[in-house]
Parts: sequence; C-alpha cells; structure tokens
Amino acid sequence: MRSLAELKKNERGIINGFKDDSLSVKLIEMGCLPGTEVSVDLIAPFGDPIAIGVSGYCLSLRKDEAACIMIED
Amino acid sequence: MASTDRIKIALVGNPNSGKTTLFNLLTGLNQKTGNFPGVTVDKKSGFSKLPDGTTAEIIDLPGTYSIYPKTLDEQIVQDILLDPEHSQYPDKVIVVTDASNLKRNLLLFTQIRDLGIPLVLVLNMIDVAQLKKLNIDLRGLSIDLGVKIIPTNSHSGDGIAALKEALTQPLVKSKRPFYDIYDLAPKTIDAIKTEFDLTENYRAYQYAQQSVRLNFLNDKEKERIAKIKDENGFYDVPTQSQETLGRYQFISDIVDRNVKNSRDPLKKSVSQKIDRVVTHPVFGYLIFFTVLMLIFQAIFAWAEGPMNLIEGSIAEFSGWVKGILPEGILSDLLTDGVLAGLAGVLVFIPQIAILFAFIALLEESGYMSRAVFLMDKLMRKVGLNGKSVVPLISGMACAIPAIMATRNIESWKDRLITIFVTPFMSCSARLPVYAILIGLVVPEQQVLGIFNLQGLVLQALYLLGFLAAIGSAYVMKLILKAGQKSYFIMELPGYKIPSWKNIGLTIYDKSKTFVLEAGKIIIAISIVLWVLASYGFNDNFRNAEENVRQQVGENASQEEYEVALSSYKLEHSVAGSFGKIIEPAIRPLGYDWKIGIALITSFAAREVFVGTMSTIYSIGASDDDEVTIRERLREEKNPETGGPMYTPAVAFSLMVFYAFAMQCMSTLAIVYRETKGWKWPIIQTVYMTAVAYISAFITYNIFS
Ligand SMILES: Nc1nc2c(ncn2[C@@H]2O[C@H](COP(=O)(O)OP(=O)(O)OP(=O)(O)O)[C@@H](O)[C@H]2O)c(=O)[nH]1
Ligand SMILES: [Mg+2]
Repeated sequence: MRSLAELKKNERGIINGFKDDSLSVKLIEMGCLPGTEVSVDLIAPFGDPIAIGVSGYCLSLRKDEAACIMIED
Repeated sequence: MASTDRIKIALVGNPNSGKTTLFNLLTGLNQKTGNFPGVTVDKKSGFSKLPDGTTAEIIDLPGTYSIYPKTLDEQIVQDILLDPEHSQYPDKVIVVTDASNLKRNLLLFTQIRDLGIPLVLVLNMIDVAQLKKLNIDLRGLSIDLGVKIIPTNSHSGDGIAALKEALTQPLVKSKRPFYDIYDLAPKTIDAIKTEFDLTENYRAYQYAQQSVRLNFLNDKEKERIAKIKDENGFYDVPTQSQETLGRYQFISDIVDRNVKNSRDPLKKSVSQKIDRVVTHPVFGYLIFFTVLMLIFQAIFAWAEGPMNLIEGSIAEFSGWVKGILPEGILSDLLTDGVLAGLAGVLVFIPQIAILFAFIALLEESGYMSRAVFLMDKLMRKVGLNGKSVVPLISGMACAIPAIMATRNIESWKDRLITIFVTPFMSCSARLPVYAILIGLVVPEQQVLGIFNLQGLVLQALYLLGFLAAIGSAYVMKLILKAGQKSYFIMELPGYKIPSWKNIGLTIYDKSKTFVLEAGKIIIAISIVLWVLASYGFNDNFRNAEENVRQQVGENASQEEYEVALSSYKLEHSVAGSFGKIIEPAIRPLGYDWKIGIALITSFAAREVFVGTMSTIYSIGASDDDEVTIRERLREEKNPETGGPMYTPAVAFSLMVFYAFAMQCMSTLAIVYRETKGWKWPIIQTVYMTAVAYISAFITYNIFS
C-alpha cells in the first residue's frame, strides 16, 4: 500500500487509514477522513513540505507526516 | 472585573474564518487592548452597541480547529469555554465559519453546541462561497443543525445588522446534543458528572479527555479524574478519534444535503493558479525577496516627505514656545527636554505606519502562510520552523507581538529558539537610530538608477540582524536537546483581497501604541535626563563660570563664552559624570561620553537614543536658533582630532551596536512571561550585548 508521500504532483488518491495514532487525531480534525479524496497540489521547492487538496481546501504538511497517511490502491 | 449587567459575547471559529474582521466591524474603535494583524494569538475585547440599546462586551479569540487545543493560542479558547467561572466566560457565542469551506468549519461548531452555551452560527465569507458557486440552503441547514444562522460578508458589512439583531434575542439552548458522546464512555461520564456536579454530558466528557490541560482544576481534582478514567478503562486518543469521525459523519450528511456545488471540481481556482507561481522554485523566492526589498525601499522613500514635515513643524513650534515664554528654566525644560524628546518619537510615525501596513497586508492577503510553506525546509536546517517566519518578519515591526506570535509553534524547542533569536530582527525602534546615523554619513544618491543608497544601507542592517538571528538559531539547535517531535499541519487559506478597514485599524492602533508607549518612556527619560544634564554637584560644575572664563580668555566674545560654558556645564553635570564613568569601556568602539549617556538610557528602550541625543545636544549648544538634531550631530567636532565627531567609523559602529544589543525592557518582560522564568531573558541579554560589543569593536576598527 502506498502512502500520501509517494504520490506525485497532481496525483489523486483515497485515504485509507493512518500509521500514527496521535497524528491521526489531528489529521482527522483537519478533514482528512478515511474515504476522502486527496490530491497533491503543491510541492515546496526542496521537495518538502507539500500541500494537498482535501475536503475542499488546501492543507500543507511535511513529507514525514504525509507518510503516515495511507492511500487506497 | 467588568460589570455584570453587560453581556459577554465571544467570537469562536477556525483560523482565518474572519473573526477579527467581524470583531472590527462590531466594535469599530471601541477596542481595549492591541493585538497583532492577521493571526490573533491572545484574547482581545471591545464594546458594541446593540439595537436594543444595550452595550455588549465582544471578545475576539484565537482561531482553533476543535475544542482540543494543539498550541498555546488555541488553549485560550478552551480555558474560557470549559470554565464557567472564568471572568470572560461568555453568555453567548458567535461561531464564525468560512461558508466556502463548511464541512471542516462545522466540527468546532458541533462541539461548542454540545457544551450547552447559547450560540448563533455565522456563515461568513458568503461572497467567497458565491464565487465558488456553492448554493447553500440556509433554512435546511438551520433546521438540521438546530441553530440560528446568519450569513455575512465582513468586507461589505452585509448581514451585520441581522447579526446584531440576533444577539439581542434570547438564544435557545438545544436540549438534545448534536452528537451524543454518552455511549462512548457512559460510566466515566456518569462518575465525573456526579463528582463535579455537571449537567452536560459533553462537559463531563471533556473533563475526562483533557483533565491535564484544564488549568482551572487543581491537582487533587485532576487526580480524581485520572482515577475515574482508570477504573472505567477510558482511553483518550481512540475515543477522540471515534468522536471526531462520528461528528464528521453527521456533518457530511448535512452539508451534502444542504450545500450544492455547481462548479466543475477539476477546474483550478484562482488561488491554486497563484500558488503555482508563488511556490515556484525560482519565482517563489524571487517574489519573497522582492516583497522584502519593496518594504525597505518604501520605508525610506515614502516616509521622507511626511517626516520632514513633522520635524519642521516641531522645530517651528519649539521656537514659538521659546518666543512666548520668559527665558528661564521652564522654557528650557519644555523645549530642550520635552519637545526635543517628543520630536524624536513623532517623526517616526510615517515609517512605523508603512511597516505595519505592509505586514498587515502580507497577513491579510494570505501571502504570509505561503512564505511559511516556502521557507519551512530551509528554516528547519537552522533549528527553526516554517512558522518562525511569521515572528521573524513581524519582528521587523516589533519584537513584542512577534514573540507572542510564536505561540502557534507546537514544538517547545522550535518555539524557544524562535523567541531567543527574534529580537535580533531589526525592529521599528531601531529605525530612528539607523535613520539618523545613515542620514549623517551615507550620501543621498541613486545606485544603478533605481536604488536609493541610504535604503540599501538600511537593508544591509536588516540583513545583518537576520543573519545574526539565523546564526544564533543554528548554535542553539546544536546546544539544546531535541524535545518532542514537532508537526507542521497548516491550512493554506485562499488568497483574499485585503480589508482596508482591517489594515487601517492596524495602522491606527500600532501608531497610537507606539506614540503612547514609547512616548511615555521617552518623555520621562527626556525630563530626567534634562535635569541630570543641567545640574551637577561637583566643584567643577559649581565654579563653571570662572573656569570657563579662564579657559576662553578675556578676549573671547560673549557668544564664544556661552557656547563654551554650556558644554562645560554638561560635561560636569550628573549625566556627564555617568557618561565619563563608562567612557573607558566604550572608547574602543569609538564612542565618547555623550554617546555613553545615550547608551545608558537606551537600555530602557532603544528608541530613546534619538531623544537623548536631542536633549544632550540642545543643552550642549547655547544658541537658540532651532536646527534639527541631524544638523547638530553633523556640526559636532571631535575635541581630539578637530574633525567631525560622527565619522563613518563611529556611525557604523553605533549602528552595528544597536543592531545587536538587547535594549528593550518590554521585550525582556515578554520573554520572561513566555518562557516563565528569568533564565532565558538573562541569557539573551548577556549574549546579545556581547555580540553587539564585539561586532561594534570590529566595525569601528575596519572603518577607521
Ligand atoms: N471575501 C471575504 N473576505 C473576508 C471576509 N471576512 C474576512 N475576510 C478576510 O479573511 C482574512 C482573515 O480574516 P481574519 O478576520 O483575520 O480572520 P480570523 O478568524 O480573525 O483569523 P485568526 O485570528 O487567525 O483566527 C482577512 O484577509 C480578511 O480580510 C468576508 O466576509 N469576505
Ligand atoms: Mg483573528
């Protein structure tokens, strides 16, 4: 299974679950719900952080945080 | 405390939903304490007149995504809403949401609703929602959520009258919770409800979830809760996830039912298009640095006219006062003491206004969060965090709000480093010092046709401060132990056309604070200084007339005699003696005892420098024709060389000293408050002053 960090720019995916419990609480609050579609919208100049489109807005997070979000195949 | 008959209304909502804009609309200029533009990090209150004639106290709070705080600023919301005994516990809450992004915004709404506080729901930014082609069924939404809804546009003011009207109505508390958490932990909730005599299940549940963070509970009560949780097998994190997911399920259904999106979801929005450019590897940084350049150029080029005007008017006024008052102590104190000091403050209003206007503009437009995004990776290399960009940039205006702005940095280590290095950023109080010294030794000319040389030197000084901040951060990163892992989950809000009202209020508020706060210290110090510089207790001072008569000789004209007398008196006055005492320590930097006096007073606040210089040199000169302080400094001779005192070496050495030294009591006070102890403010003072001394020494030797 791939993580969000492995998606390329403009790629889309559906959130499947989380690898880190305490981070997942924050991510869920921010609207990253399992079953929601996400798209990688921006990647900062040195490859990190990234910005994703989720639940109708733009959320930025670091690569290692994105690595905790699993994407459905 | 405020009188009890006045109702308190709190504004609560997600960050950037427009709470402060709404607050400004409701209160106008009736605001109590100042806050910083863009991000609200502390509560702020003001008063609003409601249609029924009553006055309500409105409280603006920092934005938060949920009732579970992740940062210190978010904590404030919880502190107030979960503690009915809190002095600012609201009678009513206005939940402000961004109508163009309802789903995420409604999570917090449902939580506050379940706490049982009477509330009204504002769908702000209704204009943005329309632009996004969202059709919102307000009636349906209101019924499904069980709350009164008011759509507003805080830019045009649409809906504000309806909101004020709604605030006068009794708001009904809903009987049933929006989302019943009872089944998640029935035993724990029952036990806490009995123990603490609570009525709402959700409140009891919050005690269980957040007991460690609730500042109003004492240790014994916290222990009690821990025990109840233990006995009933309550685990915070999984229950919280379950709660949030459960709430979202309801919210999603309701939003999908009542909000119809008639736009092609794959079409790029304007914000997305702008972001492609603004975060581009090349253009991104180019834009970032161009923006900074523009700010510096503006400070120098645009402020010039108004500054001359203010400087000229005060000199004229001072001359007029001298003319109408009988010669003597009162006239001297007023003109040389108070007015000279006041001129030092007032003249910088244009520059400070421009600086704050730019920073407000960056925040308002949404650009600031892109700068955070762009700089995160680089900042992490030196021990900072992308979010440190905001304090560092705000630090160019004033270190005090900048240090408060660090409250939204989650990691303590990142936050501490940011607090430690922010005072190195050249703040607006350094501007007066730089401006006067640059004006003295740097010729006014154009470089490469477009750049103002004085502006470039100023920019170099800002750069110097920035490099000192970065370098020090790097050193601290190596010394301090790594704390808990920090995270960086941040919304990039859509770009907004700034609200000119918000910016105007910021400029007004900040200039006023600067004049009042700085003005108070400066005038006080000017008066004290004038007294200390006009009187002395040693024999030299007492016998000044005779000694000077002997020095200048019998043939000297009356005017020569008077000039010599006043400078002789200053030298032997109390202030002069202080200056003389520290002179050996500052001689290696190129300073004399007069500058020594200014250095001493500057430890209260660095902007006092100009006022002090004005006072010293007005007293030192005897003639009463009014010349500006800059001209006076230019005329000052070095008694040893006979050349001008303010050579480039001395001026640059002074600028570097002021760039680095910790000369601001207010900053120390705020660092004390934010780090909860004297350890860090003391280390900071010693460290910064040492850096200042060494660098000024090197600079002086390079230029002389
Ligand atoms: N188009 C539009 N923009 C708005 C409206 N209300 C606020 N804004 C803009 O939205 C941005 C954020 O507004 P603020 O009032 O600072 O938001 P806030 O909720 O106080 O934010 P925090 O203090 O960070 O929690 C600003 O640029 C405002 O000018 C509105 O009704 N319509
Ligand atoms: Mg605000």
